[in-house]
Amino acid sequence: MEPVLAIVIGSLYAAGLYLMMRRNLVKLVIGLVLLSQAANLLIFTAAGLRSKHAPLVPPGEAQPVGDFADPLPQALILTAIVIGFGVIAFTLALFHRAYQVIGTDDLDEMRATDT
Amino acid sequence: MLLSVISGFVLACLAPWLQRVVGRGAGAVLATVPLGMFAYFLTFIGRIADGEVFHEQWTWAESLGVRLSFYLDGLSLLFALLITGIGTLIIFYAGTYLHGHEFRGRFFAWLIAFKAAMLGLVLADNIISMFIFWELTSITSYFLIGFDHHRKVARDSALQALLVTGGGGLALLAGLILMASVGGSMELSTLLNSGDVFREHALYVPILLLLLAGAFTKSAQFPFHFWLPNAMEAPTPVSAYLHSSTMVKAGIYLMARVSPAMGGTELWMILLSIFGGTTMVIGAYLAIQQVYLKRILAYSTISALGVLTFLLGLGASGAPGDAELSIYAAKAFGVFLLGHALYKATLFLVAGTITHETGEKDVTKLGGLSKAMPLTAIAGVLAALSMAGFPPFFGFLGKELLFEATLAQPSLVGVMTGATVITGILFVIVSCLVALRPFFGHAKETPKHAHEAPFPMWIGPALLAITGLLIGLLPAALGEPLIAPVVASVLGLDEPVELKLTLWHGINAALILGTIVLSVGVLAYFGHRYIMAVLGKVDFLLRIGPAMWYEKALAGMLDFASLQTRILQSGYLRMYLMLTVATTVGLVSYSLFQISEFSIIPEIPPTDQWGHLLYENLYTLIVAGLILTGTYGAVHSKSRLTAIAALGVVGYGVALLYIIFGAPDLAITQFLIETLTVILFVLVFYHLPEFPKISRPRERMRDLFVSVTAGVMMTIMVLLATGIEPREKVSDFHSAHSVDLGHGRNIVNVILVDFRAMDTLGEIVVLMISAIGVLALLKLKSRSKGEKV
Repeated sequence: MEPVLAIVIGSLYAAGLYLMMRRNLVKLVIGLVLLSQAANLLIFTAAGLRSKHAPLVPPGEAQPVGDFADPLPQALILTAIVIGFGVIAFTLALFHRAYQVIGTDDLDEMRATDT
Repeated sequence: MLLSVISGFVLACLAPWLQRVVGRGAGAVLATVPLGMFAYFLTFIGRIADGEVFHEQWTWAESLGVRLSFYLDGLSLLFALLITGIGTLIIFYAGTYLHGHEFRGRFFAWLIAFKAAMLGLVLADNIISMFIFWELTSITSYFLIGFDHHRKVARDSALQALLVTGGGGLALLAGLILMASVGGSMELSTLLNSGDVFREHALYVPILLLLLAGAFTKSAQFPFHFWLPNAMEAPTPVSAYLHSSTMVKAGIYLMARVSPAMGGTELWMILLSIFGGTTMVIGAYLAIQQVYLKRILAYSTISALGVLTFLLGLGASGAPGDAELSIYAAKAFGVFLLGHALYKATLFLVAGTITHETGEKDVTKLGGLSKAMPLTAIAGVLAALSMAGFPPFFGFLGKELLFEATLAQPSLVGVMTGATVITGILFVIVSCLVALRPFFGHAKETPKHAHEAPFPMWIGPALLAITGLLIGLLPAALGEPLIAPVVASVLGLDEPVELKLTLWHGINAALILGTIVLSVGVLAYFGHRYIMAVLGKVDFLLRIGPAMWYEKALAGMLDFASLQTRILQSGYLRMYLMLTVATTVGLVSYSLFQISEFSIIPEIPPTDQWGHLLYENLYTLIVAGLILTGTYGAVHSKSRLTAIAALGVVGYGVALLYIIFGAPDLAITQFLIETLTVILFVLVFYHLPEFPKISRPRERMRDLFVSVTAGVMMTIMVLLATGIEPREKVSDFHSAHSVDLGHGRNIVNVILVDFRAMDTLGEIVVLMISAIGVLALLKLKSRSKGEKV
């Protein structure tokens, strides 16, 4: 299934970057979200889709049984999702504030530092 | 030796404070330290003359082969004596010269720091520490030239000197590193004893050219000479110290230092004698056309540096048969080096005293000062006689040996001797100009009424001039112990050579030439005005000189800088982003193309299994379709709310993928976060206007192209990455020990809160900071509501 996921990741990157290059503020933030989704999926897929079983140790056993998905990339991505959310929340607050002060959502009009 | 270098830097740091505490006598107090070092280095003369060398070593960055190691032989000793001896007199002199100057403390700090760096340079054995001291002399020189920083000329000249010598310094660094890699050591003392290793190596030519680029810029050889006259913007003590007797000789020192390993080849001889010869003639020729005292001296210094380079070209140990010849030239080099340092520093100081006392720097407006300032006049005249080459001064000896060295050459005797004769005649004119014209003849009106200079300002020049006379009178007793080890160092000989320095050689060709030069020179001085009138007509040659190329290169560089800033630093966020993405795509694609052993084309399963595969992966395909649809919607939608909803679809789709591929924890988190994100988006962007289409179609096509290229590259990268199966995984340990070490059955959770708990703590910190940031932004809003924004 990797080729399918590879295409999904590529499309998410393309869409995210394209949106970030727009002049509109909202599109920039949407692009940022898409980009972080793409990055998470990239780590997930690149680490190898070994199995569809969750990395859990069954009760009574000392070690996981049979094949199971790699737990480490999952732990990394979990951290990334949460931090990504922190970044998005901060960006949204920042842009909200910028819009209030400058009165535009056109990034090309946000070139001066002294507004 | 380490102490002598380090103490200089410490003293430099203390100098401004000392200046405040001691006040008027700060120069005298500060001068005691170099005086002590001078005495310390004097004690080495006997042992060095017996052929000893001294090593000292301290570890610095051992793993890089960088050591703070010092090496003292004849060449370093002569330089160390000049640096500390002249340094003492200069600091003493400067204390009075700059009396009452606002930034006297700062001046002392830079001057003493320079002295320490210069001392480090000539003593250093490790090439990296030598390079660092080399650059330190350039930097301190920059601050000293630009000391009168309120004048633009001074600042420009300082920058010019820094750029020219700094550029050469880079070449030098490259040359030294190449040398170290060829010679297999970072220590000069080892490299220089490696025989013909360098001369026979394939990299000989690049190494030589790089080293010479460093030496020629530092020592103001044609065509890099133009920065030195401009450096005369510095206060006179600086010119006397840095730009006549020490710093500009660093390049000479370097060439003399490496000559046992690098010298003696045909290329060495040709380059050094051509550049040195050209510099000596052009420098002297330009010197007699100047009217300002310091500029006359500056050009004559360039000429003298040319002489030294020229002599080094002739006097390197070449083929065994030429031993006699090279000793001649090396002997002349040593004598000329010492002689020049003595008389040129004197003349600079005398020039500084004249200008200080009269307020006039134009020689044509000076005259008859010998009555007002007899002591300064005596020092000046003694030094000038030495420079002109009158017996029994040391300068006479230097000139004799120079003629002997050129006369003994196997080929091109005519050209070389001719060049030295012309230089000699011009030198006579220069010495008359700077020492006769201001002191004798009719007294002229000057801006200030002339008086004899105070003690600190005449003692220095007087001592130096008298030393020149004494060594000239007793060359065998005073000159030989210093010069003989220098000759040995330059030629790379283990044993000191016997020099037999005497004033009287009998009547020979060199003596006759010397007499002719003196008489023609004195005559030419009296006809100076007519000569100047003729030379004035060919002046245009100067205007197309290398200084113009420097100006053009500087202007071109600034233009290029503003051009590339205009392109790269447009101020538009999307332009920055596009450049970053395009660069990344370019570089990553390049490396991806280098990987050939992995195939990105997946194996196509046999046709009869297609149905089975489709059934098995049905969910994945449906979710993938969902994500792609959502992505398309987010990009294409004109409505804000639709775009946000589409974003939610993408997020939920990704969460479903996590479920399918065995990551329920991720899925739960993703669902939660995605929901929060969508709510936040709606809350924040609810008030914003609809998306207007503000970009032009051409821009959209360009951005689309860049982003699609990046997407394709990422796809290829994922396909490549999934083809690699690591042999050993870190997570194998985590899985095996989740229960017994972490006491948890959900391995992902155990990793997060146990194995990698510090990462999670970091994550929490990031979230906290972000939350505080959001809070601050919202608070800011409520407070500034009433204000006009």
